[in-house]
Amino acid sequence: MATVLVLCESKGSALRGASLPAVSFGREMAKARGAELALLLVGAGASAAAGDAAKLGAQRVIVVDDPRLGAYLAETWAPIVARVAREQGADVVAATATNLGKDLLPRVAALLDCGMASEVMAILGPSRFRRPMLAGNALAEIEVTTPTLVATVRQTEFPPAQPQGTPCEIVRVEAGAVSDLGAAFVALQETKSERPELTEARIVVSGGRGMRNGENFGFIEKLCDVLGAAMGASRAACDAGFVPNDLQVGQTGKVVAPDLYIAVAISGAIQHLAGMKSSKVIVAVNKDAEAPIFQVADYGLVAQWEKAIPELTEEIQKLKSAQS
Amino acid sequence: MKILVTLKRVPDPEQKIKFKGEALDLSSANYVVNPFDEYAVETALRLTEKADAAARIGEVVVVSIGPKEAAQQLRSALAMGADRAILVAGDDASLDSEQVARIVAKLCEQEKPDLVLMGKQAVDGDSNQAGQLVAGYLGLPQACFASSLELSADGKTLTVGREVDGGVELKRVPLPAVVTVDLRIIQPKAVRNRVTSPEHAYQEGPRYASLKGIMAAKKKELREVTPGDLGAATAARVKIVKIVAPAARKAGVKVETVQELVKKLHEEAKVI
Repeated sequence: MATVLVLCESKGSALRGASLPAVSFGREMAKARGAELALLLVGAGASAAAGDAAKLGAQRVIVVDDPRLGAYLAETWAPIVARVAREQGADVVAATATNLGKDLLPRVAALLDCGMASEVMAILGPSRFRRPMLAGNALAEIEVTTPTLVATVRQTEFPPAQPQGTPCEIVRVEAGAVSDLGAAFVALQETKSERPELTEARIVVSGGRGMRNGENFGFIEKLCDVLGAAMGASRAACDAGFVPNDLQVGQTGKVVAPDLYIAVAISGAIQHLAGMKSSKVIVAVNKDAEAPIFQVADYGLVAQWEKAIPELTEEIQKLKSAQS
Repeated sequence: MKILVTLKRVPDPEQKIKFKGEALDLSSANYVVNPFDEYAVETALRLTEKADAAARIGEVVVVSIGPKEAAQQLRSALAMGADRAILVAGDDASLDSEQVARIVAKLCEQEKPDLVLMGKQAVDGDSNQAGQLVAGYLGLPQACFASSLELSADGKTLTVGREVDGGVELKRVPLPAVVTVDLRIIQPKAVRNRVTSPEHAYQEGPRYASLKGIMAAKKKELREVTPGDLGAATAARVKIVKIVAPAARKAGVKVETVQELVKKLHEEAKVI
């Protein structure tokens, strides 16, 4: 039977939350094509997350758990995903457009010799999708014409899949021959943070070039902490070295769509708007009343951040204490 | 070291996008080199020179697929310092990533570069596929979203800093390989080739062409070929049915005070 195969990422015994929107895409796709849904977990120790995956409404969960797959490499993973896809008779292979998804899935498409849709925002037909172009300033309707297709899914456009029904079967598949083509994982220089992950947070507070230095981002951090928010930044602020690059929100950084996005001292370049304009509620704090960010903001406050942000932190603190 | 760099012309991202019916109106578009590809050219030049002695120690071949006018963008890369150029005839508005990657893969078979450097994505299509596809077709290792590159002492492997979710991953790949570059690759000390002194700091960003470079570029080889010549004439697998403008977000209200903002967020928007 036709099958939609969705690659899920795991971290220890948990599925990455970022993969759940791809599962929703998979369910919708399986319905549109009258197909079954299979979820795929790959990596050393990936079995630990299989129980969680089995509750997500798929017909089966396939696990390729092998010590040789300890660190992610496109070179070793792509042939495994492509082989499982062939064995399962999958005609759709999808994953969320996380960094891993974006790195891996085109290579899988090359091995399956099929067409691919990137950053899908909506399913319009069995092979027809909506996706953004030109930093989100244009929306394309595309048709993939090959019988098999690969897709990455924009995380902010599909709801995270919720557990449903009884757990499905879990099938273990051997990794078989693994060749890394000489490529090797050397190290991960992790950005440590106690705050929620940027792409999964309900509230995001971002600072821009107007923060002037890294130390001043401390004021943004305090506001994040009272809100339980993740911290982001504009490209200008990252380029200037105020904060680590992986906090960048925008066309070439992270795409976020939280319930509340607060942009502080960010002018609102097209590049930045592309990464946050799907947020439910947008607040802009900027001293320049003409800043383009105000054109997309639901609530705009023309003010110096030096005064407004500590005050906002205090007001929210008051509100929270009154609530608890 | 021989490096093949791909380069796409794109409508100037600073220009306002126009629509005509259910398509883009590109009749008045100014074309520029895709920024990430320009960074790839800069990266290639840094890898193939002894910067502190202004000496070239390798070859950089720039490739574009597009109409005749795309020669202009190739000339600008030659003026920056690339050695020669290849223009593959094609309609850059309708080519899909697969067609691009097939052409680049065929050129790699002809040119046998030690390294293929590409921008991580073209800022018009935003597909982010071509580099990975080339690597997949050729069975080469890949390192995507590079923010730093360091060549080994024997010149046979690259250690690549990759921007990933939650930090920077260091990945080592043997050459030949395909590397796609991200923004940070043009920082002053992001590219190390072990010939240029490690103390050397570049000007941030892609270099400007000198007048001498512009004059020299006119005499450099620019070869024109067709996909058919390369044995890479394939039909598009991803067809664009239509392109429309996204619904505009309506501007909201200005609030006067922080207190008013908190009240609105709490009582009206109910997000805090």
